[in-house]
Amino acid sequence: MEKVSPHLQSLEAESIHILREVAAEFANPVMLYSIGKDSSVMVRLAQKAFYPAAIPFSLLHIDTTYKFREMIEFRDNFVKGIGARLIVHTNRKAVDEGANPFRIGTQNCCGLLKTRALLDALEAGGYDAAFGGARRDEEKSRAKERVYSFRDHLGQWDPKNQRPEVWNLYNARVQKGENIRVFPLSNWTELDVWQYIEEESIPIVPLYFAKVRPMVVRNGSLLPVEREIPLLPGEHAEPVLCRMRSLGCSPCTGAIRSDADTIPKIIEEMKLVRRSERENRVIDHDQEGSMEMKKREGYF
Amino acid sequence: MDDGKSTLIGRLLYDSKGAYEDQVASVTKGGKMDLALLTDGLRSEREQGITIDVAYRYFSTPQRKFIIADTPGHVQYTRNMATGASTADLAIILIDARNGVLPQSRRHAYIAALLGIRHFVVAVNKMDLVGFSEPIFRAIETEFRAFVKAAHAPDPYFLPISALAGDNVVFGSGHMPWFTGPHLLEYLEQVAVVEEREQLPMRFPVQYVIRPNLDYRGYAGQVASGVVRPGDSILALPSGRSSRVKRIDTYDGGLAEAAAPASVTVLLEDEIDIGRGDMLVSARQPPLIARHLDAALVWMNLAPLQPGRTYLLKHTTQTVRATIHALHYRVNVDSLAHEQADVLALNEIGQVSLETHRPLFFDPYLVNRTTGAFILIDAATNETLAAGMISSRGAADTEERNELAFNPERVTPAERFARWGHLPAVVDVPHEEQARVLERELFERNCLAAVVLPEQATREALLVLAETGAIVLRVTAGAPEVSIGELESRGVIRGRDDPFASGGGI
Repeated sequence: MEKVSPHLQSLEAESIHILREVAAEFANPVMLYSIGKDSSVMVRLAQKAFYPAAIPFSLLHIDTTYKFREMIEFRDNFVKGIGARLIVHTNRKAVDEGANPFRIGTQNCCGLLKTRALLDALEAGGYDAAFGGARRDEEKSRAKERVYSFRDHLGQWDPKNQRPEVWNLYNARVQKGENIRVFPLSNWTELDVWQYIEEESIPIVPLYFAKVRPMVVRNGSLLPVEREIPLLPGEHAEPVLCRMRSLGCSPCTGAIRSDADTIPKIIEEMKLVRRSERENRVIDHDQEGSMEMKKREGYF
Repeated sequence: MDDGKSTLIGRLLYDSKGAYEDQVASVTKGGKMDLALLTDGLRSEREQGITIDVAYRYFSTPQRKFIIADTPGHVQYTRNMATGASTADLAIILIDARNGVLPQSRRHAYIAALLGIRHFVVAVNKMDLVGFSEPIFRAIETEFRAFVKAAHAPDPYFLPISALAGDNVVFGSGHMPWFTGPHLLEYLEQVAVVEEREQLPMRFPVQYVIRPNLDYRGYAGQVASGVVRPGDSILALPSGRSSRVKRIDTYDGGLAEAAAPASVTVLLEDEIDIGRGDMLVSARQPPLIARHLDAALVWMNLAPLQPGRTYLLKHTTQTVRATIHALHYRVNVDSLAHEQADVLALNEIGQVSLETHRPLFFDPYLVNRTTGAFILIDAATNETLAAGMISSRGAADTEERNELAFNPERVTPAERFARWGHLPAVVDVPHEEQARVLERELFERNCLAAVVLPEQATREALLVLAETGAIVLRVTAGAPEVSIGELESRGVIRGRDDPFASGGGI
C-alpha cells in the first residue's frame, strides 16, 4: 500500500504516538467526535494507532439538535461502518427550555448546548481524557494550546497554568475529577487535513462539497435554510452554489460561494482563497477574544 | 524586550502568504498594519504588548512546511522557551541592531544549545534604524560569534534584516548591497535539516501492547532512532532477552523497514514478556543502562528543587521514582559560569546527580534527543517540575566504567541484570554476622550476594565482584545497621510485593 506524502507521514506518526500514549496512561479516555473533517481524520488516525485491534475508547458526539440533518445521517452510517462505539449526549433540559441562538444569543446558546453539555457528558462518563480535533492554526487562542491541555475539576482552562510540555514526554497525571483534553492534530494545518483526506480516501460529510442549496444572504454571510430561521424584512431564500468550509450548527454556520465539488478542487480553492476557516463561524465574532473566553469556561 | 520578534514572524507569515486575509484585516488599525498583532493571541498579551506563552504558527512554501514556535524572551519565561526549543530543528535569535548583544541574546543561544538545537540563525534586526550600517552589523556578528563558540553552540548563520520594512526576510534588500548571503526565507528553505536520527542506533520504546486475540502480540511505539527491519536482531530491555523482528505492522500493511520517527507495531519471533516501559534496541549497539545519572535540569516550577527529594521521572515510556542526590552547580546563563547553589529555582539551569528506582536505558542527550531526555513530575501535585537532559551515567554506579560494548563472547551487564534481577551494588554492613544474615536472605531470593571482610575489600576485588553483578556486603566498622527491608526501599533489590517488580510501571 502507498504511504501518504512525507510531511503527512511525520504528522501521522506524531498523532499516532499521542493516541497510544493516552490509551496507555489514562484509565478512561474518550474521543470527542464532531462529525467534521478534523474528527474524520482523527478517527482514521485512531484506527491506525491500534490496528489490528479495535479502537479502545468510545466516540462522543455532543448533539446540540441544531446540527445539519446530513451530518447526523453521515455520523450514524460512518460509525456503523467502522464498528466504533458511539455515545450521543444532548443538554435535554436546555433544549426543552427553548435554547436557540436567536432567542438567547450565540454566547448563551453555545454555553448551554455545547459547553455545558460537554462538561456534563464528561462527568457522566467519568472520563479522564478527551481527544479533540482542534488544530493550532485554527484560531489565535488555539495557537498556544498544549497537546495535553489541563482542565480543572470545573472543566476550566487557565492559560497561565498549563504544564510545561517538552519533547514528546506528556505528563498524564491527574487527580480524581480532573481531566485532560488531548489534541492529536495540534500541528496539522487545514491544508494538511484536506490532503490527508484525499490521499487516504477518508469519507466526509457531503456538506463540504459544492452544491446548489437554498441560502439567505445576510451581512455578507450565506445562512443555510435548514430549519425555520427568522427572516429580516426583505430577506428571502435563494438557490446558491456553495459549500461549508467549517461545520457548526446550522443556524450559526455560514456557507461560502464555491464550485468545488471534489476534494482536489477544495484543495485548490484552499490554496488560493485566503479567508480563514472560522471567519464564517458566527460564534467566533460575538465578542473580543471570544474563543479564548469560551475555552476558559470549558468549551472544546 | 521589544526586539521585533512578533513583527518578524508576522512578516514571514504575511509575505509568504501564510496569514489569512481576514486575520490581517483584524489587525490593521487605521490603514497601518501592526504585524505583531497577528501572533499575539491571548487578550492579556495583546493588552500588554508582550508574549507570555509559546505560540505555534504554521506556514509553508512550495519547498517546505514550517512550524514556528514563538517563545517569550523574558528570563521569567525560560521554561516556555525551553519548551519551544525542545522540538525545534533550528533557532532564530533576534538581536536589535541599536542595542547589540544583550544578556538576553546570550541566554537564548545558551538555552537553544542546551536543548539540542543544531542549527542557529542570528538575525540582526532594525537595521533601518541604524542606517543599514555594515560596521555595526559586523561588530555584533564578531562579538556574538565568539560567545556562541564559547558556549559550544553550533556556528550560526548571521544576517542583517529589517522585519518592519521587510528587508532580507522574504525578499532581498536594496539597502544592504554589502550583504550577499541568502535572505532569511531562502536560508530556511535550503538549510539541511538532515534526518540525523536515522543514523543512530535503533531504539524502540514500547508504548502499548496490541492484543486483539491470543495469537497476536504487537508492540506499538514510535521508532526513537535508527531503522528497524524484519529479521533484525534486537535486545529487549530490561529483561536482556534477545529475539528477532518477525514483522513490522501498520494499518496500511507490513513494512520492509521503519525509520525514526515512524509509529509502527513490532512483532517478534520469540514470546518474550514485554510491556510498556520496556525498550527494544539494536543488539549490536545497546544503550547505557544505569540507575545513577548525571543530568542538566531546567527547573520549571515555583517550588525550587531541593537535593535529597524524590520525584517521578518520565523517560521515553517509563515512569520511575528518582531521588536527586546532589546539585553540583547552577549555570549563570549570562556568563556561563558554574555557581554554587543549594537549590534550583524557577527558570534556573543546573547540573545534578540522581538515582532512579529502576534502571533507565538511555543515550547522552546531545547524542540522542529522545533517549537522553526526561521530565520530573511532582508526585503529589502532578505538576511537571523540570526538563532533564542526561549527560552521562553517574560516577556512583560502577566506578569509571566505559560505555557498554556488546561482545558476543562476553557476558553483558544487561544479561547479568536479567539473571539476578538487580544491578551490582556495594552495601556497607557494620559486622560480619549481619552480613551473613543478609547474604542468606538475598540468596533465598535468588540474588547474587558476596560478603567481603575489611582486609579483603581492595578496589580490585570490589571491581571484579561488581563485574559479576553481585551485591557486595562489605563489612565496615561503624556503618549503620542494614535490613533486607532497607535494601528494598533503597531500590537495591525489588520488594516481594513491589508493584514495579512486575514491570508494569505506573
